[in-house]
Amino acid sequence: MKKLFCWPVILLTAGVFAGSVNGQVTFQRLLDSSKEPENWMTYSGDYAGRRFSTLDQINKANAHALAPKWVYQTMATDRFETTPLVVDGILYGTGQDDRAFALDARTGRPIWQYQRQLPSDIRPCCGRVNRGFAILGDKVFMGTLDAHVIALDAKTGSVVWDVAAVDYRKGYSFTPAPLVVKNLVIIGVSGGEYGIRGFVDAYDADTGARKWRFYTVPGPGEPGHESWEGDSWKIGGAPAWITGVYDPVYNQLFWTTGNPSPSNRGAGRAGDNLYSNSLLALDADTGKLKWHFQFTKHDEHDWDATQVPVMIDLGEKHLIAHANRNGFFYVLDRATGKVVSANPYGKVTWSKSADAEGHPVAEKSSSPTLEGTRVCPGAAGTTNWMSPTYDPQTKLFYVTAREQCDIFSTAPQPYEEGHAYYGSAYFPNDETEPYWGALRAIDPSDGKIKWEFKHPSPTWSGVLSTAGGLVFSGDAEGNFIAFEAASGKPLWHFQMGAAVYAGPMAFAVDGKEYIAIAAGSALFTFGLP
Amino acid sequence: MFDTKEYWLRRVSFSRKGRIVLALTGTSLAGLLAMTMVVGADDKNPFAGDAKAAKLGEFQFRINCAFCHGLSGRGGGRGPDLTKAQKRHGNADAELFRTISQGVPGTAMPAGTNGGIGVGMTDEEIWQVITYLRSVQVKAPEKPLGDAAHGKELFYGSARCGTCHMVEGRGGRLGPDLTVAGSVRSADSLVDSVRNPSRRLAQGIKEAAKEFPQEYETVTVTTPDGKKITGVTMNEDNFSLQMMDADEKIHLFEKDKLKSFEKSRESLMPPYDAKMLSDKDLNDLVAYLLSVGAK
Repeated sequence: MKKLFCWPVILLTAGVFAGSVNGQVTFQRLLDSSKEPENWMTYSGDYAGRRFSTLDQINKANAHALAPKWVYQTMATDRFETTPLVVDGILYGTGQDDRAFALDARTGRPIWQYQRQLPSDIRPCCGRVNRGFAILGDKVFMGTLDAHVIALDAKTGSVVWDVAAVDYRKGYSFTPAPLVVKNLVIIGVSGGEYGIRGFVDAYDADTGARKWRFYTVPGPGEPGHESWEGDSWKIGGAPAWITGVYDPVYNQLFWTTGNPSPSNRGAGRAGDNLYSNSLLALDADTGKLKWHFQFTKHDEHDWDATQVPVMIDLGEKHLIAHANRNGFFYVLDRATGKVVSANPYGKVTWSKSADAEGHPVAEKSSSPTLEGTRVCPGAAGTTNWMSPTYDPQTKLFYVTAREQCDIFSTAPQPYEEGHAYYGSAYFPNDETEPYWGALRAIDPSDGKIKWEFKHPSPTWSGVLSTAGGLVFSGDAEGNFIAFEAASGKPLWHFQMGAAVYAGPMAFAVDGKEYIAIAAGSALFTFGLP
Repeated sequence: MFDTKEYWLRRVSFSRKGRIVLALTGTSLAGLLAMTMVVGADDKNPFAGDAKAAKLGEFQFRINCAFCHGLSGRGGGRGPDLTKAQKRHGNADAELFRTISQGVPGTAMPAGTNGGIGVGMTDEEIWQVITYLRSVQVKAPEKPLGDAAHGKELFYGSARCGTCHMVEGRGGRLGPDLTVAGSVRSADSLVDSVRNPSRRLAQGIKEAAKEFPQEYETVTVTTPDGKKITGVTMNEDNFSLQMMDADEKIHLFEKDKLKSFEKSRESLMPPYDAKMLSDKDLNDLVAYLLSVGAK
């Protein structure tokens, strides 16, 4: 009898070894990531951006028995935002201040550790953070806070190549995990609070040579340039600080962009301010723009569109689902970028109507004033950069939401190169309304919220779904929670001692499934006894 | 972009002073001259009485200071009312300049230039803010300060504040310790908290890395054995509750084991209307808290 019980374990173990024949991660393996569920090889777990694991050893029947397996400490301050990668038993992660590490994924013991020596005058707007690696061949790739893109030897952590993308002193930095497509390492720049000119770059994985750059703010003579007043395009912002996704059918990248600069003051940059707060469909080989969809035109509320876009298929419909910071849940046609639906998934006061194409239209009264205007959602948005997940089994989209309104007021500010540039002030409207958070399950077919789990305060945790009928997320109070995916019922929780600012992921080694999440300055893994 | 917890405090990422040094080592002669004019003039406001500078200062104030001191400088419930003629940490130009540029050690007031608050300010911009503050200060009516000694008598006597509030080690624990209230809150906001305690609940425990501190919310639970307990939340998450009852007893509960759990933003503190506490007595009480805060 006992042997029979061991069979599934042996089969899964065989799968692990099959995947580690040469340890080289190829583009084909990334395309076929669903064939090796024990590995997590891209930021969102697959090219579709679903953050869904087909592992089901941990499931709703046994989730109550989950227990910590090991903990890795970076011992660093600031937020730990990494989503680690796991390939063939080795976990690769990045941390605060551009440190990085490779761990034995069964024990958490380091194989190598890397610490970038950063200049003292870097300009990270929002923390000395990094969200993870990309991997190809025997190299792992990361962007740095001093605006370099680097490749490390996956076996030793040694620097293989190191390329300066742009002068960090002008306000540029890199925080997201890159995405590898074919032989290209693709990454978007951060710095929307510094009057930068945003871009998405692609580098040759072997040499670090830059193969293309797409400026997210069009220059003179380019389409979209007319959406900027005067010279405002030169400091137009539109960073691209979250990892995009890749659609192999059309060989196109979907990349999202952030706020125009200055973030909270529209005077001086009249126009739609393309391609800020947009979803861009870029040719993966050339970086050429195929189409764009701008979620928030002429933004004055800091509503970056830097949320992972998720490719979902509903019957014959090939769609992109995007829970936007501005409070609307958009479903777009993947081929054309046309709106299929746009529904609020939180409290929204800035739009009460939609145009002929179904695009929510802003009320004039939502613009910041000298005295201050109350607008929902607030500057932090209904969601922010934390990863959502799409579960193809429940056909539900799960997203971390925040209910908070802010009072937005104006304050002109002159631009100075390399200096923080906001143009106004906003305040939490906290006298009468406490802010709170929730994990929400949205049905993309009708935009309706199927269930909600309320948090006492808003969380910055991403969400993972698994084939075990589970959804995992963390809260601001330090709990890591397993939910029943269909109902939102919490099945298990563990107190990690610090707020979560990262997305969970799943992997397996030696036939055992693990769930990993960063909290505080530690990376936690959980598994069955 | 801004993707963080304390998104207010996000706003300075590097030293503006450091940038000035860079500028000085650069090639801009005009910039060099401009800097030289301002740097070193720390004792006297070069823009005194200049209405245009006051307007620029108002914008700087909004970006850098208003989160705590309120849009009009009258105190936002977090920082002192700056329209008062007498500033706690010194009233002379040079003292104000020092307070803004260096912050006030031991208080929530960070340095205005060096990784502290807002977008950061140059010396010139700090002087503009001071010019703005002088312009609103003139217009602000000065409230006569009450009798602090009488206020102390009230606090521990007929007003019964000391039943729940501690000041300098003496008093109760159910409400927030008010020892520093007079140094971080404006007189107006203290008055408001006495008259309308539920309008803005006080902040309690702040956890490392968590965005918002727990507030003094009222909680009523029914225990598994049917006992009803009312008190304030000391902390709470999705699964557990730590609370204090009116007898200062701490209770620890797992939420799913409670028969009932109700939270309210109606403060346990009664609203003190003019019948319970006259305007004069309230003024004395506030004078007492301000005098303790000034120590």
